[in-house]
Amino acid sequence: MGIEEHLGYNVLTTTLEKIVDWGRKSSLWPCTFGLACCAIEMIVTAANRWDIARFGMEAFRASPRQADLMIVAGTVCKKMMPAIKRIYEQMTEPKWVIAMGACASSGGIFDSYPVVQGIDLYLPVDVYIPGCPPRPEGLLYGILKLHEKILQDPFLTKQYRDKLAARREAA
Amino acid sequence: MHLAADLLKKQFPSEIVEVVEFRGDTTVVVKPERIRDICRFLRDDPTVAFKYLSMIAGLDYFPESPRFAVVYNLYSHQNHDRLTLKAYLASATAPAIDSVTSVWATADWHEREAYDLMGIRFKGHPNLKRILLPEDWKGHPLRKEYPQRGDQDAATWVNRRIDAKK
Amino acid sequence: MEPVKPIPQTETMVLNVGPQHPSTHGVLRVVVELDGEVMVRAEPDIGYLHRGIEKMCEGRTYHKCLPLMNRVDYLSGEVNNFGFCLAVEKLLGIEVPKRAQYIRVILAEFTRIASHIFWLGTHGHDLGAMTPLFYGFREREKIMDLCEMVSGGRMFPLYFRIGGLAADLPEGFIEKAWEFVKEFPEKWKDYDTLLTENEIWKQRTIGVGVMSAEEALNWGWSGPMARGSGVDWDLRRDNPYSSYEDFDFEVPLGTKEGDTYSRYLVRMQEMLQSNRIIRQALEKLPPGDIKVDDPRVSLPPKEKVYTDIASLINHFKLIQEGLKPPKGEVYQAIEAPKGELGFYIISDGTAQPFRVKIRAPSFVVLNATNKLATGRLLADLIAIIGTMDIVLADVDR
Repeated sequence: MGIEEHLGYNVLTTTLEKIVDWGRKSSLWPCTFGLACCAIEMIVTAANRWDIARFGMEAFRASPRQADLMIVAGTVCKKMMPAIKRIYEQMTEPKWVIAMGACASSGGIFDSYPVVQGIDLYLPVDVYIPGCPPRPEGLLYGILKLHEKILQDPFLTKQYRDKLAARREAA
Repeated sequence: MHLAADLLKKQFPSEIVEVVEFRGDTTVVVKPERIRDICRFLRDDPTVAFKYLSMIAGLDYFPESPRFAVVYNLYSHQNHDRLTLKAYLASATAPAIDSVTSVWATADWHEREAYDLMGIRFKGHPNLKRILLPEDWKGHPLRKEYPQRGDQDAATWVNRRIDAKK
Repeated sequence: MEPVKPIPQTETMVLNVGPQHPSTHGVLRVVVELDGEVMVRAEPDIGYLHRGIEKMCEGRTYHKCLPLMNRVDYLSGEVNNFGFCLAVEKLLGIEVPKRAQYIRVILAEFTRIASHIFWLGTHGHDLGAMTPLFYGFREREKIMDLCEMVSGGRMFPLYFRIGGLAADLPEGFIEKAWEFVKEFPEKWKDYDTLLTENEIWKQRTIGVGVMSAEEALNWGWSGPMARGSGVDWDLRRDNPYSSYEDFDFEVPLGTKEGDTYSRYLVRMQEMLQSNRIIRQALEKLPPGDIKVDDPRVSLPPKEKVYTDIASLINHFKLIQEGLKPPKGEVYQAIEAPKGELGFYIISDGTAQPFRVKIRAPSFVVLNATNKLATGRLLADLIAIIGTMDIVLADVDR
């Protein structure tokens, strides 16, 4: 009933949000943001055994303008923090942040003077992946969770946009 | 290394404070005033030939006095052995010693790190500024009274820098 | 007469090869002053990964420092612990049993191969050769599996303890290790055919970053960096520790030119020599204890802890208070994959170290960047950073 009957099986109907979200999650390009040990596990995830190209993410873009996902992998030190903030601001919308590892989530084992105790003090984080370092499977699980989050991203509703703006301001 | 300690005693008898042997390591405690000459002698002497400086470390013995000390660890490829030199610094408020960058080029960054983390000044260093911490950081973290989590200045550094850039 | 046009005065340009950049060496910033394409000055700016490890060690017992030490050179996790455990054992004046020494050597050499494979992959990747990364990771994953089998951690096994090892080797480790050792030389040939005689590789690496042998010692270079310049020095052979004198291996010297290609050859050969050491260690692995039998240092066996009150108290005190070395200071250096990794530990008789100074090889090597880079083209900077095989956590600690 309805228009599908007349068009047959040649046409797919869906909502705009769903198709755009599907497109976004299928080719999230990470910005190379490996800082410390977790970066090694991130590189290993992109290498041959846990191929991240299966998810369309093998294009690690060095330029933040061309990336939409920032995987903060490694300890965030205070000297580096202004640079991270600037790179986050240079990324274009839509953008997501994954805090990979214990150090990015909360400072990790480094409870000391030069370490920022968690990147979420300065940036809005979407997914936290615990581990020191998290196994590549752990990183992939976190990425898949982010995919689920993106698939439900109601970016066309005004209420969501306001909430997002408020979250950005707070960080 | 006994040989080096004997040579030093002959060449600089008034500079040697004591020689400590512990677990096979020899530490020669010297006075800090002529450290550059002592190091140059150890490098150029053909029997010991300590042409390689492994590391320079700054030490803080708070609350004992003398408070600060500098340790040099030398290695000789000719004899395959090591020597540690230690110099206790006179001043506890403005610790300073001569730089040995003219003897071994590698001392450059080791001394900058000792300055950055411990606050020991090296006279004659070509570029003595902070290396591991930001330029405007206040305090010397490896000193005993500096808290591990950082003081108030450390806690607000990032926000001050981000606000300054806005 | 035409007026003579003056030659335009050009200024040098300062380029910031910033803390975030594609070559995967971490957060290193190099401030480069360029005259056209030629570098006039290249000063590294470090400290973006300074985590205060030396300060943190002063508030912890000796065993609690081990996880921190693992993360100093994160590509060769267990080798850092090797050095630290050896330093504390030197301080205590104890000797680890032979079986534990051999197992430590096996794991250290596996970690060396893994570190060199990673170096090969990323160095090649920076200069445009992406294939060695994927070929090498195939073997590196096998080594990570072996590390995981031993303790559960891939990069940071935390298997070494002060006084020996945490536990004996699990079942199946020796078979898997033999499999790796037997097939590694064939796989190594894969990496060798890709780059060693490759014209492009040679053009990008021969003559780049030249350092003579005397200058290398002056600048404190050690390990493959010094051996590439012709310094015949290996701490495993010249100041042996942990039974390295029982093994027969060569120390490769490259072409002695002191350039990037020479260091590449040294590291490639070192992988084969490490394989040789592991083979000998596996053949000669003696049975026995894996921990020194000293109640002040090692935890008693679990069966006795559950049944005997003295062992329970011993276990409790060792975990709660930690071991207490005598007063004194030692320096212990080992041959890490990056060079001479040294630990200078001062003990004041309590359970917390008074001062731990880590002599990090990457920190010392990076010092000479300006000397190597001056006068070369900007693209050579990437080759130089790659050949120095720096790990930023090792530089900044």
